[in-house]
Amino acid sequence: MYRYDEFDHSFVQARVAELRDQVERRMAGEITEDQFKPLRLMNGVYLQLHAYMLRVAIPYGTLSSRQLRMLAHIARTYDKGYGHFTTRQNIQYNWPALADIPAILDDLASVEMHAIQTSGNCIRNVTADHFAGAAADEVADPRPYAEILRQWSSVHPEFSYLPRKFKIAVTGSTRDRAAIQVHDIGLHLKKDAAGALGFAVYVGGGQGRTPMIAKKIRDFLPEADLLAYCTAILRVYNLNGRRDNKYKARIKILVHETGAEELTRQVESEFAHLRDTELKLPAADIRAIQAYFAPPALIARPEGDEIVRLARLDSKGFAEWVDQNVTTHRHPDHAAVTISLKGIGEVPGDATDSQMEAIADLAERYGFDEIRVSHEQNLILPHVARADLKAVYDGLVAIGLATANSNLITDIIACPGLDYCALANARSIPVAQDIARRFASLERQREIGELKLKISGCINACGHHHVGHIGILGVEKKGAELYQITLGGSGDENTSIGEIVGRGFPPEELTDAIEMIVDTYLALRLDASERFIDAYRRLGAAPFKEALYAREAKAA
Amino acid sequence: MKVLTANRLIDGEVVWYGAAEAWIETIDTARLARDKASEEALQNVGKAALAANLVVDVELIDVELVGGRIVPTRLRERIRAAGPTNHLHHGKQARPDFVPVA
Repeated sequence: MYRYDEFDHSFVQARVAELRDQVERRMAGEITEDQFKPLRLMNGVYLQLHAYMLRVAIPYGTLSSRQLRMLAHIARTYDKGYGHFTTRQNIQYNWPALADIPAILDDLASVEMHAIQTSGNCIRNVTADHFAGAAADEVADPRPYAEILRQWSSVHPEFSYLPRKFKIAVTGSTRDRAAIQVHDIGLHLKKDAAGALGFAVYVGGGQGRTPMIAKKIRDFLPEADLLAYCTAILRVYNLNGRRDNKYKARIKILVHETGAEELTRQVESEFAHLRDTELKLPAADIRAIQAYFAPPALIARPEGDEIVRLARLDSKGFAEWVDQNVTTHRHPDHAAVTISLKGIGEVPGDATDSQMEAIADLAERYGFDEIRVSHEQNLILPHVARADLKAVYDGLVAIGLATANSNLITDIIACPGLDYCALANARSIPVAQDIARRFASLERQREIGELKLKISGCINACGHHHVGHIGILGVEKKGAELYQITLGGSGDENTSIGEIVGRGFPPEELTDAIEMIVDTYLALRLDASERFIDAYRRLGAAPFKEALYAREAKAA
Repeated sequence: MKVLTANRLIDGEVVWYGAAEAWIETIDTARLARDKASEEALQNVGKAALAANLVVDVELIDVELVGGRIVPTRLRERIRAAGPTNHLHHGKQARPDFVPVA
């Protein structure tokens, strides 16, 4: 993985020193909250309902064991013994004292981490496929390009005060696991007919109060032009994006109001001026960054097949976990493991300090020292020999993280919601917990099959409800929580925005409504191979509306 | 009926302005404003405390009395007064002397 050079170290240390001074001056009363707030936000320090919140950047979701241990140390020393992994592949601490933030940032800097640009109207943490470098269906590892974008966008003087925040996602596979079409810029790394690497470029996707699917404005951008083209996009946005209305300031609105064709023309025109400047990436520089992401030296472990076969016979739990949480690796003797942070009744995305340490140990022992955070709020061990899967499974059972529910209905994305978040209108976590308990039976979950359920506690859509096969949006109505259900959303290569199915449900009726939707699907699907999303696309909303609302329609 | 709430600057702890004219960590003995004049008085206390860098995010919130105890009208403020509903061992509700409103 990427290692800081001297410049990176001194830059991050200087930023910590700067914030330490700002915090001291704030606590001494030398600067006001109005002066301090933008400074703390530039370093990921928010104020939530109960306390400050620190959001730490995990570039493209990649961690070493040493870094994960430090995240555990911070949770234990400065917080309440846990951290919350987010849909942006970051981690949030919910209870740090302002006075402790500089010490936390010192600890992070010691393992080459920081919280810079995790807030504010700048380019945020660049996200990537959590199976990058491991997936069997990958053209090339997208993370070197994410790292190049990270270096380019860190305190970029021209793009530090954009009209609004800006999020970039990169995938190296046709099967999109990074939801690139709901990002401000989505990059799909691919090869042209001659075998050269480049990107399909998508612009103007996003969720929030105005969900939009990104428009593809380039089918193939040579890798050397990545920074010149992204600069062109950002420049057009920075110049023309709306600053008069926060809710219309994202690039998706500019793309929508300008039209994709005209916007493409503007970007290409800007790009024409930039493509042969110092922004052109020399091949040697790209290869130098790629070297940091060189795949681990995987050796043949052909005994794995037999070990897995025997272990499956021996343990039903292991067999179910392999079926659900183990993903095909490009190397036949290896696999990528999804560690579900969605235990039944647990908080989606939360991990305790001791769980993080145990995962760091497993990664060190069996996983080439690498851990990933997925945007679906799980952790991944990307390179595990199949011969070691049983040992990893046993290790996860010991810490309560062997739930075999990856991609099933209880693998729920949920934002922190009104239990923590100052922006939320309704709770998300208890809703996720209640639904997970209702569908706790793994047998039933597997019968239902792949089903992405996503919950947001407000219109900002941190819980990605717009792209949930079943999405839930919490709102406040007459002082009480009410939940709207959307159906048919999807955040993959066939991205779609879910449609509101009808009137919302109070919390005590919501899980029944979800169950009604699932039962309707089960009754109408062609066979078990037709996933919920495919059945919805075939059937439309009508049978689900009928199931949910017919009785009251007749009564009225 | 209203009370004045904020987060303490140094650690973000949720506080209310108390009947005894100090910022307190539980809502039970918060000072109640039952009329416009008392609301204004509380607002001035809040402005002064913000200016003195004691607290941030100062707000007057609606409350009612339930069995003689102060209960915020909005769920958001009830959660601030108790702690996250999914983590009953965190926040004010984890304190040994915390008594939930029945």
